[in-house]
Amino acid sequence: MSSAIRRLAVFLFFCSLPVLAATPELRVCADPNNLPYSNQQQQGFENALAQLAASDLGMNLSYFWFPQRHKFFRNTLQAGVCDVVMEVPTGIDVASTTVPYFRSTYVFVSRRDRDLHIESFDDPRLKDLRIGVHVTGENDESMPPATALIRRGLVRNLDGYSIFGKLSEQNPGADIVYAVADKDIDVAVVWGPLGGYFAKHSSAPLDATPLCAAPADRELPLWFDISMGVRPGNEALRDKLNDFIVRHRSEIRQLLDSYAVPLVSTPEMTCE
Amino acid sequence: MNRVLNSVLYATLAFAVLMTVSVWGLNPPSATDIPGSQPGIHLVSPLPTGDWTMPAGDYANTRFSPLSQINTGNVKNLHVVGMMADGIPHGHEGGPLVVNKTLYMVTPFPNYLIALDLTKPGYPMKWRFEPNPDGRSQGIACCDVVNRGASYADGKIIYATLDGNTFAVDADKGTLVWKTSVGDEDLGETVTMAPIVVKNVVLVGDSGGELGVRGKLTALDLKSGKILWRAYNSGPDKDALIGADFKPFYPKDQGKDLGVSSWTPDQWHMGGGTIWGWISYDPELNLIYYGTGNPGVWNDDMRPGDNKWSITIWARNPETGDAKWAYQIEPHDGWDYDEIMENVLVDMPWRGQARKLLLHPGRTGFMFVMDRETGEVLSAENFVPVTWAKGYDLKTGLPMEDTDKRPHTNHYARGVCPSSTGGKEFVPSSFSPKTGYLYIPAHNTCMDYSGEDVNYIAGTPYLGASVRMYPGPGGYQGELIAWDVANAKKVWGIKETDLPVYSGVLATAGDVVFYGTMDGWFRAVDARNGNVLWQMKLASGIIGNPITFIGPDGKQYVAIYAGIGGWMGAVALPSVSTDDDYAALGVVGAMKKIKQMTNPGGAVYVFGY
Repeated sequence: MSSAIRRLAVFLFFCSLPVLAATPELRVCADPNNLPYSNQQQQGFENALAQLAASDLGMNLSYFWFPQRHKFFRNTLQAGVCDVVMEVPTGIDVASTTVPYFRSTYVFVSRRDRDLHIESFDDPRLKDLRIGVHVTGENDESMPPATALIRRGLVRNLDGYSIFGKLSEQNPGADIVYAVADKDIDVAVVWGPLGGYFAKHSSAPLDATPLCAAPADRELPLWFDISMGVRPGNEALRDKLNDFIVRHRSEIRQLLDSYAVPLVSTPEMTCE
Repeated sequence: MNRVLNSVLYATLAFAVLMTVSVWGLNPPSATDIPGSQPGIHLVSPLPTGDWTMPAGDYANTRFSPLSQINTGNVKNLHVVGMMADGIPHGHEGGPLVVNKTLYMVTPFPNYLIALDLTKPGYPMKWRFEPNPDGRSQGIACCDVVNRGASYADGKIIYATLDGNTFAVDADKGTLVWKTSVGDEDLGETVTMAPIVVKNVVLVGDSGGELGVRGKLTALDLKSGKILWRAYNSGPDKDALIGADFKPFYPKDQGKDLGVSSWTPDQWHMGGGTIWGWISYDPELNLIYYGTGNPGVWNDDMRPGDNKWSITIWARNPETGDAKWAYQIEPHDGWDYDEIMENVLVDMPWRGQARKLLLHPGRTGFMFVMDRETGEVLSAENFVPVTWAKGYDLKTGLPMEDTDKRPHTNHYARGVCPSSTGGKEFVPSSFSPKTGYLYIPAHNTCMDYSGEDVNYIAGTPYLGASVRMYPGPGGYQGELIAWDVANAKKVWGIKETDLPVYSGVLATAGDVVFYGTMDGWFRAVDARNGNVLWQMKLASGIIGNPITFIGPDGKQYVAIYAGIGGWMGAVALPSVSTDDDYAALGVVGAMKKIKQMTNPGGAVYVFGY
């Protein structure tokens, strides 16, 4: 090998080093203002989970922030500005989803000083209470708890709270829990992670009691499996994340516990 | 002397006889003398004889031009004399204004106002006003980031931006005169409609019914932009500006605080009923007319009751906002039949009597003919195939619903016609006093509601119904319909196989009707028989409204926007995938072919003859 060629080879070797050393990026799309899930200060459990996954997979973590409203998936995963959304219902059609990493249900949130501990839509006290439920405004949407309550003739007891809340406020989705603390409503039926977290952090002590479903509601999905979602076609990343989830079940569980996410282990959540 | 007296007497007698035998004789002289008008037709608002200064050209929303230089004989010579692209690949709804030798164009978000100099060849740009609306509004607006136009008054161009602000811009210099916020974007309110100006009052509505906002009309002072009054479409009478003058025709619309009692407790706070269409004005009765959108929240199981004042036509005093009457077209909407459609004001003979009519071709698929003094429905015949109701009971003003066609959670309605996009969308019709026909840009789509899919928003899973939309009976999707108002029937139509007709219509005294198709054909047809006299394929699909004006050279011109988009047209945009037929409430399934038929792009075209 001539010295010129050797020099070139050495040169090329050093040129390629930074490329070899470049750490791959885990590009995450998340809501900049929506605890307990995520925020720009990275205080949500999705943020913690993303950090855990990135370190485990030897990747650098980066974020694209976008409010999780209408067109969220179109402007994030589908637009190619990120590769993963940390939390989606398993099997949602806009993403290719990982194995589930938790299952949760709805909770009844009420003030502790009321001592209600309602856990069923059939609780006779509900007919005398103001009950807050989330409404989405998506075309022809329905929140399963609202459907279950309407079936029991309680539609006049319902107060709808926009799940979007007011963008300029912190954690807009939490309005409904604050309304319980402020006694605007007696009880709120909300998705477990939101209810659990804000009940725990409320200045007025609140209870968040997970729902137990009656047989009458068996065809309503009252619990959901939650996965991470990648762009359809990016199964390589999905498989890496699957592997991460399977190897870190107990850490993920501890993380969710620290955010007071109510976890459900069995689909048969019938009342005892 | 005697003879003179006699002849006066005879003349008076003859006149009196005429008065009694002929209903036409009761009419005051026409404010707009259109040679060749049908007998007895009276237009209440001055027509645009040179400039085009407001969204419809006239207050009565006839969109009729008295110009006839371009007519059935020479329209075949139409050719492009000017064109300007704005580089914004979104839906170009609405139409330009022409005032004082300048053409004004409002673009979709970021809502530029562009002034073109019509006195110079190629129409060079005089200035561009950039309002810099808040970018978040793009994520909130339901159905593409559209704008439906502007009004000119008192040296100012008045228009609204997507993020809920109303702007007054100096028409000459392109500088800001005032700016007023009329919607709270943080709550999901946006503005897409074209404001109108009545006397010294600017009237502007809101959008965002999908997000459970509370619809309202806001009146601003033309000079200062200061808010004069607000009339809400839900809640107590005082919020709806219902007072002593309020006299609805039907008992169902009478009573105290119906905007509260027709809801479950407190639900009226998110009552929807937004105003994103067109406002008409009758200068003789001094009343404005407009329709309201769907009630919030969307799931109708959650809002038992009539849900007033959603899907309602209002008559109000423009200066005080006081309501004169209201007519709720469809209590407790279950299909998203927003009735923000145009209300065309025409005085004409109806069943042998001179009547002050309001014509409302509805999203429900019914053509409402109303007495606009009282709010009485005189006729409601379907102009497209309809299955959700058998018709209207004119005694009660209520639809005769087919309850099986109403979807509920776990009740899957099939064969619902029209689909949620309606028998027509917001795109406005046009009325010619010469033919007595209303030219309606119509849709023919039906839909099935079926099983529910898991969906996800703001961290919370929920269920969304799957909606599939498909062409209605006959297998076509759109039609320009000429509707004989007096005889309540269709006289001719031009069908579109693959796409709805989604552009506004312009009828002229030259007996030409102009409109566009979603795949980009701009067409001139014979007002009497629908024969296509001329057409040209533009750079992008047409969902805007044609206008006509007299240029600085004294000649007549026609202008139209090209630029596909909007709720249905957005399927043509690259960011929208056609993989899922059920997306956008099933619109994607119905509109699949559009990607092969046109491309996005925004431009204004000017045609001369």
